[in-house]
Amino acid sequence: MIEMTTSDIHPDDLRKKLFDPGAGAYCGFEGWIRNENEGHEVRRLEYEAYEPLARSEGEAILAEARERFPHLQAHCVHRTGMLEIGECAVWVGVSAPHRDEAFLACRYIIDQLKVRLPIWKKEYYADGHSGWVNCERCAKSA
Amino acid sequence: MKTVTVRYFAMFREHAGVDEETLSIDVETAADVFRATRERHGSAEPSGHCKVAINDVMADWDSPVGDGDTVLLFPPVAGG
Repeated sequence: MIEMTTSDIHPDDLRKKLFDPGAGAYCGFEGWIRNENEGHEVRRLEYEAYEPLARSEGEAILAEARERFPHLQAHCVHRTGMLEIGECAVWVGVSAPHRDEAFLACRYIIDQLKVRLPIWKKEYYADGHSGWVNCERCAKSA
Repeated sequence: MKTVTVRYFAMFREHAGVDEETLSIDVETAADVFRATRERHGSAEPSGHCKVAINDVMADWDSPVGDGDTVLLFPPVAGG
């Protein structure tokens, strides 16, 4: 399942949800807050989500992954609110019978989450400005 | 004319200055609603970078909009 949360993400606890006697492989991905984007020094990031559709679209992505990779266990958590440098913004974990499916399924899920979930992030820069990521064209018209 | 509630998110909310508004507009599709609100609030974002939902279901820009519908306008997403 997919969770949206304003609390810290704890991958070591979350991966226990994926234990499965038929699983020989686990693959996890953590997305962290980085201090730089496109030449700008970033101090913090604010995530906004439209949760009803972020959840339903996230569940659809996990269902697609399970269909592509049989016997897959998959779970995802995404943060909302203000995050500081180094914090975990998104976690994807999967378990599968073999490593190939685990790597591929994890990659599929994070790639789809990034382009399909109604989630936005606003960067706060060291120079005091801020900007919505992927919204440069909007910004120019503001 | 149809009565349509439009909800704005992230950059679109900042442009509009409101979370949502109810408009009486002459529209057939989600794209018509997007164009009407873009003119109203001065955004230049092309719809190709954006997504739309109608009554909490993801939709296409050519999806029909009915009287009383709620249209959710999503600027370019950036999860992860």
